[in-house]
Amino acid sequence: MENHIRLLINNISVVYSDVIQVLKGVSLSVRKGQIVSLLGSNGAGKTTTLKAISGLLKPENGKVTEGSIEYDGKPVQNSSPEEITRMGIIQVLEGRQEFKYLTVEENLKVGTATRWGKPYQQDLKMVYDYFPALLARRKSLAGYCSGGELQMMVIGRGLMAHPKLLLLDEPSLGLAPLLVKEIFQIIRRINQEQGTTLMVVEQNANMALQIAHYGYVMENGKIVLESPAEELRDNPDVKEFYLGTAASGALKSYKDVKSYKRRKRWL
Amino acid sequence: MEFFLQLLINGVSLGFLYALSALGFVMIFKSSSVLNLAHGELLAIGAFLFLLLSAWAGLPIVVAFVLTLVGTFSLGFVVERLFLRPLIGENLIEVIMMTLGLGIMFKGLLLFIFGGDIHSYPRFLPESLTLQLGNVQIPSVNVAAFIVGILFLIVFGFFFKYSNQGIYMRSVADNQPAALSLGVHVRRVFALSWAIAFLVAAMSGIVLGIINGINVHELSAIGLKVFPVVILGGLDSIGGAILGGVIIGLLETFTGGYISTSLREVVPYIALVIILMVKPYGLFGLVEIERV
Amino acid sequence: MRRLHFHPCGNYRESYEEELAIFETDFGRLWVLIGLVLLFGVIPWVSSQYMLYVLNTIGIYAISAVGLNILIGYTGQISLGHGAFFGVGAYAGAILAQRVGLPFILVVPAAGLVTAAVGIVFGLPSARLKHLYLLIATLAGQFIIEYVLLEWESLTGGPNGIIVGGATLFGIDLGNDRAFYFVIFILFAFLTWTGVNLIRTRYGRAFIAIRDNDRAAEGMGIPVFPYKLLSFGISSFYAGVAGSLYAYYMMSITPEPFNLWLSIEFIAMIIIGGLGNVPGSVFGTVFIVALNEVLSHVTEYLMNVGATGMAITMAPLREFVFGLAIVLFIIFEPKGIAEVWRIIRSSFRLWPFSY
Repeated sequence: MENHIRLLINNISVVYSDVIQVLKGVSLSVRKGQIVSLLGSNGAGKTTTLKAISGLLKPENGKVTEGSIEYDGKPVQNSSPEEITRMGIIQVLEGRQEFKYLTVEENLKVGTATRWGKPYQQDLKMVYDYFPALLARRKSLAGYCSGGELQMMVIGRGLMAHPKLLLLDEPSLGLAPLLVKEIFQIIRRINQEQGTTLMVVEQNANMALQIAHYGYVMENGKIVLESPAEELRDNPDVKEFYLGTAASGALKSYKDVKSYKRRKRWL
Repeated sequence: MEFFLQLLINGVSLGFLYALSALGFVMIFKSSSVLNLAHGELLAIGAFLFLLLSAWAGLPIVVAFVLTLVGTFSLGFVVERLFLRPLIGENLIEVIMMTLGLGIMFKGLLLFIFGGDIHSYPRFLPESLTLQLGNVQIPSVNVAAFIVGILFLIVFGFFFKYSNQGIYMRSVADNQPAALSLGVHVRRVFALSWAIAFLVAAMSGIVLGIINGINVHELSAIGLKVFPVVILGGLDSIGGAILGGVIIGLLETFTGGYISTSLREVVPYIALVIILMVKPYGLFGLVEIERV
Repeated sequence: MRRLHFHPCGNYRESYEEELAIFETDFGRLWVLIGLVLLFGVIPWVSSQYMLYVLNTIGIYAISAVGLNILIGYTGQISLGHGAFFGVGAYAGAILAQRVGLPFILVVPAAGLVTAAVGIVFGLPSARLKHLYLLIATLAGQFIIEYVLLEWESLTGGPNGIIVGGATLFGIDLGNDRAFYFVIFILFAFLTWTGVNLIRTRYGRAFIAIRDNDRAAEGMGIPVFPYKLLSFGISSFYAGVAGSLYAYYMMSITPEPFNLWLSIEFIAMIIIGGLGNVPGSVFGTVFIVALNEVLSHVTEYLMNVGATGMAITMAPLREFVFGLAIVLFIIFEPKGIAEVWRIIRSSFRLWPFSY
């Protein structure tokens, strides 16, 4: 079962408000138990891809118009978020969408919505285990927590749902470099210890490729590169555009950037 | 002294009526952040449905009561489905205007069906509930209102604070997209909160109807009196609503008793403005946490 | 000669001045000119007495609705007290005309200023209150003003109200509908034009910034509270001017019409017309006044054909239809008639290629 495919996206197009096409034929696959990272610049369509999977396009008037998304072999495109979350796909939204007026612990409890009425004490313990910082803050309102605590809280909230596939949208957004490192280490631990399949969308390509097994690069609503993470790390284009080092490995000077020449290779 | 005592007791029992009417309003606000301007009409709908079933159809009181609750509960679902669901994700002002439009619509419909006269229920409350405090008598209806109010306070307080469904409801009011992403059944939460609000409003409407008689205009006016009450208590606090109701009730009866009867109707609103200037989120309301 | 401007296919604006232009094309200017000619040259001469009455009512309410739209639609401060401000304007006008004896030409702006001052006082809670809390505070303002109008008998005449003598302007008697029509609509055109232009100034942009996010607006250096008060003041000024016109036009006023229902009607006008759209408030006013007239005609007709009982039971249906109109607009066209109008125009313009 090592090579079992958890998620298979087959050539999907996503259109907002019937006119704005954001994804133009995206295909990717996520194997069970792996961490897959999705890289790309702003507006490349990364978040849209995640939302297409989790069903959150609908409230934004978006739709998967072509292609299919298969989760464990079942088509899930354009299903409602209620159904999709109950199948085990949980998306952790970009920008730490906390519930301001709920305490940290209540926030975590909302994560059990998909398994309503089942016991959750064990899960709370697990989350506090991964994020000890939350234990001290459990009774305080989330609105008064720091950015780092909130990011831990929302990841923990996602874990409370026992996800089979956890979609993380920019977990490093707005965090100090040290904290980013910590969060990514925890993400790796979650993957190893819980066996959760993860898909991570990131701007911080360096961190994301360090923990991922496989990586995709998106640009303008298309996948332009894909390969195992180590190969991606060594790819000269990725190095130049996302990791910020020149092909030689030295820090590059912006004076020498000739991105238009390089970009042509993959567009 | 006796006059004072009588005013005190009148004030407290009037306050409990206000608090009771405010409960359904707070329910909706707590779970979906919607300011329901149709609340007075919801009270009237419950009161008239009960009238229809008990007095006109001649059903036994208990049966009529249960049927009223079931009926308003389902009506809440229908109204949510038809009028409020299309607005999920729209601006707050549109939702408020929708409740305003609905209120006017319901009022017109009720007036069309039942007319503008005052109706009354058959008597059914046991006289033994009447309390005697020295020379002052508290009628049984007010005692019943008191008991119902306290009961609601406890039940819904626990519901929101500790039950999972209550936490989900609060999460939806707080951050809808995030609740959706975690698989909270947002539409079900909305539907449920409206259904519960209709039900609570119906119960309050019945109690009001027993005491004051059932009249469309009067009940919908009480819907506006709800605002000072809930503001005093803070829009989202059930306990606050009860205390706010009692304060407003006392304020009204004492102004009416000692100063002037015409000032009586306005005094809650004057108090409201003053309190809002000092404490912008009411006495017990949640302080809005804002980040740019 | 300057080249005529047509609708470009795409965004070809090259400067902020172009972005800010009121009229996108010269056709727009032409249409406004035609509209003005119709408004002042044709309509008053061909309309019947009744039509003039309806039009005058529309004009008065439209001035007030434009003011409310500046407050709600552009500054985002929801007010449920606009009907009371309208009443304050009416009373200020009546008192200034009868007790103080000012001439018409001074009464109208003075009433506007008095109302603006009252509006600013009731806008003070906006310093600390937002959204729903402010809405409720203005509701309280509505009730308090109603109470004052009714109880301050030495000034307002209490429930009996005030009789307002006929207006004269430069020696012309404004007692008949047609003469008053010109007064109303000249003021209407002027105030609407001012309103549209106001939005293009730094004040207007500050209002919009406050509406969209007042914390962020504050961070950008906009003094939020003075601007909110300014918006309350401007909107009440419009209400005051409209109210004083109403007092003159109706000849006598009592506190009764300036109740919560009037405030609700004003809000309905700008919702149905289109929030944040000055011409929209005019559309909305036309819609609401026309709806009111049609509904009261239906009731009257039923009375006349002998179905009095039916007419009495029909009366509540007026409220029902009113509510239904609001509900349907919010569900199907939340941006109001102004948006419908835009869609119609652009579908003509773009036909046969939509998009």
